[in-house]
Amino acid sequence: MRVFSLAARRLAASLPTLLLILVGMFLLLQLAPGDTVDALLAQMGGGDAGVARDLRVFYGLDLSLPAQLGNYLWRLVRLDLGFSAIYGKPVATVILERLPATLSLMGASLSLAFCAGMGLGVIAARHVNRWPDTLISTLGLIFYATPSFWFGLMAIVLFSVQLQWLPAGGFGDVAMGYTGWRRALDIAWHLVLPTLTLGLIFLAIYLRIMRASMLEVLSLDFVRTARAKGLREGRIVTRHVLRNALLPMVTLIGLQAGTMLGGAVVVESVFALPGLGRLAYESVVQRDLNTLLGIVFVSALLVIAVNFAVDLLYARLDPRIGA
Amino acid sequence: MKRYLRNPVAVLGAALVLAVLGMGLAAPLLFPGDPLGLAGRPLQWPGANPRFPLGTDPSGRDIMAQIFHGARISLLIGFVATLVATAIGIAIGALAGFYGGWVDTVLMRLTEAFQTLPNFLLLLVLVAVFGSHINTVTVAIGLVSWPPVARLTRAEFLTLRTREFVQAARVQGLSDLHLMLREVLPNALPPVIVYASVVMAVAILLESALAFLQLSDPNVPSWGNLIGLGRNVLRVEWYVSAIPGVAILLTILGVSLVGQGLNDALNPRIGK
Repeated sequence: MRVFSLAARRLAASLPTLLLILVGMFLLLQLAPGDTVDALLAQMGGGDAGVARDLRVFYGLDLSLPAQLGNYLWRLVRLDLGFSAIYGKPVATVILERLPATLSLMGASLSLAFCAGMGLGVIAARHVNRWPDTLISTLGLIFYATPSFWFGLMAIVLFSVQLQWLPAGGFGDVAMGYTGWRRALDIAWHLVLPTLTLGLIFLAIYLRIMRASMLEVLSLDFVRTARAKGLREGRIVTRHVLRNALLPMVTLIGLQAGTMLGGAVVVESVFALPGLGRLAYESVVQRDLNTLLGIVFVSALLVIAVNFAVDLLYARLDPRIGA
Repeated sequence: MKRYLRNPVAVLGAALVLAVLGMGLAAPLLFPGDPLGLAGRPLQWPGANPRFPLGTDPSGRDIMAQIFHGARISLLIGFVATLVATAIGIAIGALAGFYGGWVDTVLMRLTEAFQTLPNFLLLLVLVAVFGSHINTVTVAIGLVSWPPVARLTRAEFLTLRTREFVQAARVQGLSDLHLMLREVLPNALPPVIVYASVVMAVAILLESALAFLQLSDPNVPSWGNLIGLGRNVLRVEWYVSAIPGVAILLTILGVSLVGQGLNDALNPRIGK
């Protein structure tokens, strides 16, 4: 319970940060050339000054800047993200439609990066400076240096075009009309390549941190005690070392949440996934500033939520924190 | 320096970076024409025509020339963006760490805000607002990359400001500015310089991703641009995307290896 209140306090502390982001973004977007009405008029193929004025009054764009900002924040409190002129729907609806693809992509990539990074890191640390370590560390360096979008394209060439094993893109095959489990399986099948693409660089980071963290914990006194007690090496690693070595890895999840969301923008557009990242890209190209602001808000919320979860997990792993 | 040269991996990294630098410097001599100008028949495979060892892209431009000129752009963007990011990061981190109190609280809230926002998303917004001229893009990349530098500098300043040599300088009546710049900063700098290599690698990756999405400056021969163009002919002429990707990979690899080598050389605890 104490853990929960600690995490809740951290959550409350992130409210000023959120406010800072929203106000900053709002002011930044005021500097953008053209507003929603301009974008709307361009879509309609132009209109006269009278129509533009009426539209500005309708959208509240004729008010002073502080009044607009106040209006915007008040609408956000009621979870109203405004109206997307480009999609002709409320921004909240547009974003909610796109959220599942991004969340499943991020969840899958994170799990892959975390588990594979942990496993490889443990192997590398247990064979430090021998060939498994050298091989894994070299692979890690190369993965880290690979631009994700390029890896994605090359994976499409190899697995989709040449070998024809995996689909080149899309979020499930809509034309097949699958439902239930069959559909979930189909989506998972489509997510294999994007997950690998997005997860690769994070795998490299996790692997490096895990190796360093394992090496550090392995040199501590309590490990020597455990060895002196005559415990088997496997048990020492799983029961004593792993739990302590995992702490920096968990911290990293929170720190990397934002970066991963940014990476999703690129990966989703490589694989034509209808996700939040692709929406961000589209709204930049189409100058749909309302949607862009909404995406920024939702991404910030997502990052804060991930950090909240990390706080809880951290306390679960390390009982000293809750005390 | 000696310790750095004894490390074969670090030397390999330095060689890679120097090779890319050499490519960038040699570009105007070897390929004096406009790398984005029409050179020959489009989509010739590498090796098919001795005039174009790496082939031509969908618009009939020499890929080899674009790779060489792209080296220039990537390094320039990486370097300037890193400079911008470290300058902002050091300034904010130094003020926060040196003064503490409310200055620290306010500046760290700001840093937290920047870290909560996905940096690529912020980059997209900045490009949407200020346009995609190469200078704008470079500064924008610097603007989204400074928070880790600020955190690192702050942590260094926090531990260093209470040290005896700083207090000795303080009782001599030296100004805060002098203390920060002449006493604390030189001692705080080594880890920040090592971290700058990470910032540079990320900056190059950010630019190439932006260019890949065709949101960067279309008038400069960027590697990411070329990968983005090659995407349209990916199914058959995949080499258009493949070649610049290898260039990016080797550059990032070189930069990170140099960073790692510097870290090992500057960190006395390792190396024993």
